Amino acid sequence: MYPDELSYTREHEWIRVDGEECTIGITAYAQDELGDVVYVELPAVGAAVTRNDPFGAVESVKAVSDLFAPLTGEVTALNDELDAAPELVNKDPYGAGWMVKIRLNDTDELAALMDAAAYEGLVNELRS
Amino acid sequence: MVEFAGWDMPVQYAGLIAEHKAVRESAGVFDVSHMGEIAISGTDAATYLNHVLTNDVARLRKGRSHYTLICNEAGGVLDDAMLYRLDETAYLLVVNAGNAEAGWDWLRAQTGEFSPTLANVSERYSLLAVQGPRAEELLDPATGLDLAKLRRTRIRPTTVFGHEVLIGRTGYTGEDGVEIFAAPEDTGSIWEGILALDIAPAGLGARNTLRLEAGMALHGHELGLDINPIEAGLTRVVAMEKGPFIGRDSLAKVLEAGPTRRLRGLTLTERAVPRDGHPVTTTHGPGVITSGTFSPTLEAGIAMSFVPPECEIGDAVTVNIRDRDRGATLVDTPFFSNVTRWRAKSK
Repeated sequence: MYPDELSYTREHEWIRVDGEECTIGITAYAQDELGDVVYVELPAVGAAVTRNDPFGAVESVKAVSDLFAPLTGEVTALNDELDAAPELVNKDPYGAGWMVKIRLNDTDELAALMDAAAYEGLVNELRS
Repeated sequence: MVEFAGWDMPVQYAGLIAEHKAVRESAGVFDVSHMGEIAISGTDAATYLNHVLTNDVARLRKGRSHYTLICNEAGGVLDDAMLYRLDETAYLLVVNAGNAEAGWDWLRAQTGEFSPTLANVSERYSLLAVQGPRAEELLDPATGLDLAKLRRTRIRPTTVFGHEVLIGRTGYTGEDGVEIFAAPEDTGSIWEGILALDIAPAGLGARNTLRLEAGMALHGHELGLDINPIEAGLTRVVAMEKGPFIGRDSLAKVLEAGPTRRLRGLTLTERAVPRDGHPVTTTHGPGVITSGTFSPTLEAGIAMSFVPPECEIGDAVTVNIRDRDRGATLVDTPFFSNVTRWRAKSK
C-alpha cells in the first residue's frame, strides 16, 4: 500500500528521491478517497514550484483536490500519459500514475518528508 | 458513506464511473430511502393539491404520476416533488430528504379552507430505484405484474420477491426504470434479491452524474427559494391555466416580464471539470454554475448554469475554474438520455 522506498507528505503525495531529481505522485489512499480520476492539471516543464504551494490539481468525477508541492525546485518532466489516461492515477498510483519530476533547490527539505511507517500511521488515524 | 439530512448514505460501491456505466448500459439499483413521502387523501385532496402545487392535479389520472413544484407566494421553489395518484382520492407526494420536514410543515400550514387528510409516511416507505435499459427485463421475474405493461409514469401495487410494494415507472437518471416503495422491514431482502439479478448497486455519486447528464434539476442547486421555476426552465410544470395556486401571481409577473436569467446546459471544450459556484462569462454578462461534473458518458465536463436570458444555445462562453478561463459552449439539455429512445421503442 505504501512502499518503503518512497517518502510521503501529509497532503498525500509520494516522492521518489533520486539524487537531486524527485518523482512525485499521489498515494493509494489519496486516489481511493478521490475516486475515478478524470483530469490531472500540471504545471509546465521549467516552472518553478515552491514547497507547500499548490502547483496543480487532480479532478475526479466527484471532487477536485489541489496538488501541493512537497519540495521547492523546477519541473523537469511531466507524465504526458495522464492526458489521455488519467485513470492511471487510480490503477497504478506509484508507477504509471506518477505526475511530475522536480529538480530540487535544497536537499535539506527532504528531512521534512515522512517515511512509509509515519504516513501509514497518518492514514490509519484518518480512517479510524 | 456520508451523512446527508440525517441519513448515512452510500456515495459509491464499485466506483462512480463503473456504476454510472452500469446504469447507462445495463441496470443499477439505488437505495433512495432518504426521500420523504407524504400521503394526501380525502374528497378535496385534488383541489388542495392544486392550491399548493404548481402542476395541474386535475390532469393526473389514477395510477399515474407527474413532476411538480411546491412554491411560496413569491414564486420561490420550496421543493420539487413527484406526485403519484394512487387512487381516486389518494395521492403520494415524494419530496427531497433535506426539505422533508420543512415541506411537511408548509403543506400542513396551507390547508386553509380545504380539509385533506395529510400524513407524513416517510417512515412507512423505503425507496429503491432500479434504473437502466435492462431494468425491466432483469426485474420482471421478481415482480407480481408484467413490467412491460407498466408504462412510463404509471404506478401499481404489486409484489417484489413476494413482498407487497408499490412500483412506479419513474426515475431520476434519464433511463427507463422503476422505483419500488417497500416497507422498511422488507427492504434488506428486496435489495439482496435485486443484487442477485445481476443489477449493480449504485451510489449517490452516480445518481448525481446520471441526473445531471439527463438535465434534471436538483433542489439547492437548480431550484431554491431564490430561484423561480420560469428561469429554471420548468414552465411546463407550472399550470397557469388551472386557476389560483400559491405563487401564481408572482410567476405571472415573471412570465410577463420574462426571466432575468435562464438555466442552460454547457459543455466544456477543454479538459476541465466545472463545479457548483464557478463563474461563467458570456457576451451578454456574467453567469454562474449551479451543478457541474465530468460526464462519464460524454467524457467531458458538463454543467448547468444560470446565464443572461439573451444567451442562446451554441454561444461560446468561458468558465473560470481555479483562476483559469476555460472554453465552453451552451447546449440543449438533456446532455444525454435514453428515455427518449425507450419511448420511441415502446410506441
